[in-house]
Amino acid sequence: MKISRHSFLRISGITLAAGAARRLAAAIGGKKWAMAVDTAKCARQPNCTKCIDACHQVHNVPAMPDRRHEVRWIAKEPFDRAFREEEDQYSPLRALPAMVLCNHCDNPPCVRVCPTQATFKREDGIVAMDWHRCIGCRYCMAACPYGSRSFNWLDPRPYIHNPNPDFPTRTKGVVEKCTFCSERLGTGRPPACVEACPEKALVFGNLAEPDSPIRKLLASRTHIRRRPELGTGPEIYYVI
Amino acid sequence: MRNRGLIWSGLALFLIFLTLPVWHNLSAGVTAKGPQPVLPKTEKQCVAPLDFMKTSHMTLLMNWRESVVREGGREYTSADGRHYTMDLTVTCLRECHTAKADFCDRCHNYAAVSLPCWDCHLDSKNVLGSKP
Repeated sequence: MKISRHSFLRISGITLAAGAARRLAAAIGGKKWAMAVDTAKCARQPNCTKCIDACHQVHNVPAMPDRRHEVRWIAKEPFDRAFREEEDQYSPLRALPAMVLCNHCDNPPCVRVCPTQATFKREDGIVAMDWHRCIGCRYCMAACPYGSRSFNWLDPRPYIHNPNPDFPTRTKGVVEKCTFCSERLGTGRPPACVEACPEKALVFGNLAEPDSPIRKLLASRTHIRRRPELGTGPEIYYVI
Repeated sequence: MRNRGLIWSGLALFLIFLTLPVWHNLSAGVTAKGPQPVLPKTEKQCVAPLDFMKTSHMTLLMNWRESVVREGGREYTSADGRHYTMDLTVTCLRECHTAKADFCDRCHNYAAVSLPCWDCHLDSKNVLGSKP
């Protein structure tokens, strides 16, 4: 096949333009979900557990009586437990509570170690789980530096007291964690914890969108992340 | 034929033993009619044609599962252009097959197929603790 210089240049130009257009479309329409926790707002109600209750009810998370079998998607931890690298013992940060949940890392170690690809990274940034595929090897639990994952040591069903029929339960021998409410995002609703917070301390949004409330909050206030030095790229931001 | 009585009664016992499965099935009410699942009263049309659903509903559900869990696509468009949300509990069970025991279980029990679906997914009637 003979190709003239003119048609070669035209084909190359069209190819380059198409590639650029695809990247531009991805940059404009792309999503990168993240959450910011306003610790000052969260501290206003020290005994509030509404986000935890809402999340655990919506997702049929069992209330295990024995702490060794505990299953949790979101929890309130004292600051020095959530941020163990915070060595300054006189830091005012120590008084603040920290909501801990899956960090939906940019570079998630749990995804890398999962032998069945039951845990995977979605294009919108969510580290999702396919419980159908989980074989319960718990490599992901060993890999996660945040302890965001729980294992079902027992059949969880007897310990789900107020079940939500629209969401499945899990079985014994399956790992589970926060899904960033991907099932609710699919229908245009915010995550259950964000909706339940009376102080609006949890801000959920799209980091790929420069005008989103979360981007504005992160641009205007100091924030930290849990163990960023590990290179996992956690996407939960704690606004001080 | 001095032992006529013994021979005939032995033969009769042997025949009874030979036809035991028939008597067992008759007493258990097993018929050649099949499992007879109860069809929904409100809807006449499933998400796909009946013949396809009979043979390949498991493939369809598996494709739905892949789509929802891994690709984030929740809407299913049937061949005749109708739209459905891909959801076993909400679309299949709540809107049509309201009693899992009268629909899914009838065939699966008949064919001795035990499924893990209900270990996690909830049946809208018997919310927790329904095993196949």
